[in-house]
Amino acid sequence: MVRFIALIVGIAFAGVLALALFGTVTGLISEPPAVTAEHEFHEHPKELALASNGPFGKFDNRQVQRGLQVYKEVCAGCHSLRLVAFRDLKEIGYNDAQVKAFAGSYDNIPSINPDTGEVATRKGVASDRFPSPFANDVAARAANNNALPPDLSLMAKARHDGAAYVYSLLTGYQNQPAALLKHFPDSKTPEGLYYNPYFANLNIAMPAPITTDGQVTYLDGTKATVDQMAKDVSAFLVWTAEPKLQARHGAGIATVLFLLIFTFLAYGAYQNVWRNVKH
Amino acid sequence: MSFPWAKQYQPGNPVMKWVDERLPFPRLVYNAVGAGYPVPRNLNYFWNFGVLAGAALAIQIITGIVLAMHYAANGAIAFDSVEHIMRDVNAGWLLRYAHANGASMFFIVVYLHIFRGLYYGSYKAPREMIWLLGVTIFLLMMATAFMGYVLPWGQMSFWGAQVITGFFSAIPGIGETIRVWLLGGYAPDDAALNRFFSLHYLLPFVIAGVIILHIWALHIPGSNNPTGVEVKGEQDTVPFHPYYTAKDGFGLGVFLLVFAVLLFFFPNFLGHPDNYIPANPLSTPAHIVPEWYFWPFYAILRAFTVDFILPAKLWGVLAMFGSILLLFFLPWLDNSPVRSNNYRPKARIAFWILVLDVLILGYCGGSPADPVYVILSQICGAYYFAHFLIILPMISRSERPAPLPNSITEAVLAKRGGTSPAHTALTPAQPSAVQS
Repeated sequence: MVRFIALIVGIAFAGVLALALFGTVTGLISEPPAVTAEHEFHEHPKELALASNGPFGKFDNRQVQRGLQVYKEVCAGCHSLRLVAFRDLKEIGYNDAQVKAFAGSYDNIPSINPDTGEVATRKGVASDRFPSPFANDVAARAANNNALPPDLSLMAKARHDGAAYVYSLLTGYQNQPAALLKHFPDSKTPEGLYYNPYFANLNIAMPAPITTDGQVTYLDGTKATVDQMAKDVSAFLVWTAEPKLQARHGAGIATVLFLLIFTFLAYGAYQNVWRNVKH
Repeated sequence: MSFPWAKQYQPGNPVMKWVDERLPFPRLVYNAVGAGYPVPRNLNYFWNFGVLAGAALAIQIITGIVLAMHYAANGAIAFDSVEHIMRDVNAGWLLRYAHANGASMFFIVVYLHIFRGLYYGSYKAPREMIWLLGVTIFLLMMATAFMGYVLPWGQMSFWGAQVITGFFSAIPGIGETIRVWLLGGYAPDDAALNRFFSLHYLLPFVIAGVIILHIWALHIPGSNNPTGVEVKGEQDTVPFHPYYTAKDGFGLGVFLLVFAVLLFFFPNFLGHPDNYIPANPLSTPAHIVPEWYFWPFYAILRAFTVDFILPAKLWGVLAMFGSILLLFFLPWLDNSPVRSNNYRPKARIAFWILVLDVLILGYCGGSPADPVYVILSQICGAYYFAHFLIILPMISRSERPAPLPNSITEAVLAKRGGTSPAHTALTPAQPSAVQS
């Protein structure tokens, strides 16, 4: 009885799938899926070699600090970094006094006037997080052609290929290729958007943020080429997304070494226990 | 428990003797996973995965309990509380990555455990109850994993919850009412998040309970083995301890090594980047995909694209649940008296096709719903059902199995050389040799 019912159920499911297969295949023949501009012109991110890559990767603090400078002078105009606190900057090589001074350079931390209870702002302290450039999302959209600049704290983990994607996007702005306009005349980049083949739908609301060499004057004397600034800010965003990366790699190497010894000894114990038993 | 030659517990330590006389808990442990449980001597490494699944559950419960001390199940702060764990809680990144990747490790070892059961016919009489309880554990695991994935309240969490609870709206008539009742609202929100958290905390302990039944049922007939031939006598078995505790120790080391490499060096490899974007009910991700361990079933769901008597969506949901529920009937669908596929030439071919089939389904389930993947899912989905419901019952009638060995010991000696069982596990010289 069980086998009879199973046979009926099996024929039903397999039969409906055969019907569905027929539908999909005939649909594919009668109406081949349209090739889209995104499909043809979207590009995978470029390679980006960062010191933090790989199982032994460590942050290059000087590069991450340069990235912080790029963030502060370029990105922070529109993008928040709400999960990162000023005190976290100690992890990338700043001392307490520097962190305090850095936090104090912000005078727009949302607060409440202690005397009147009115909404106010105050100077930053080390325990504050990076303030948002806009009071709220509505204000952010209003100032950005109705596009919401995403928070950057986790950007290096919130996109496929993380830092390489950020780097490619920042250096990927270009004019729309003539071939695209020829084959997909409807896909002309709309007014107020910018063509970038690394962006999922090719047209991004953010204008190219890093455009000229020397846009930032690096404190450590590194030549601030467009490519260098894009790399540095990508490295910085790896740190903001995964501040414990270095501790994780270190703990990982110690753990794997420990487990290798453990497993080796366990294998020896196993062989020893079984040495007289054929199995 | 199961065999007359099983060793009896003889407490050497007076404290243990005192305890054993009042509460025979040491005896229970001794009989369950100690020297009192005789196990076939010829088990291969595939028999390690039950213990490893238990270890994975323990890791999940321990890391999960600590994570729950820092997590806040409220839509407004859930995402940030997870980031608080990652950034500010001592070793919080370790706990969270261990828990997230531990779930994947749990499924990997459970899939291998199920693979073992399917290949060696461990579901067959007299072990049907072990199999039924195992499938129950698998279902509970899937529910727990799904609800756990919702808790970080990222984009995939939210939209995953939306899609999965949407299955229930496929039920004609009352479906939408059931969906709203399950969610506690019209869309996933605080009510859903809180109940998922509550159930996500509860279900692992239910799983632990069913595992106890699973092991209890296992100890009635004893473990199956690669030949599928029942234990005939004392020479066929070795005591679980120290023989299989030693082997499981080695297995655990390998498991933890793989786990550590994943956790410390590729912690986000199996996750989806979109879950690092806070949940946004107004923005649907381009591709909603579940976690990798659901991909084969997701592919089956999406393969049903035609309305035939029932709507396509209902077919998909029925098939997806059916693809797991049919496993409950497997012991009665495959009634070949031979257990191990080593001795079943036809069933073995069908089995390996099934393995390939499920791998392809998994690949399709993780890919976007392009026509080529839909077509592959339809072909492979059809084979999946045909395998269990049509092919396997037919093979079990027509197949001529290869000759079985007379006993486990004979099979071992044929493989390892030698004709007389000179060295069996329980020859008198053996215990002292072990201690030396």
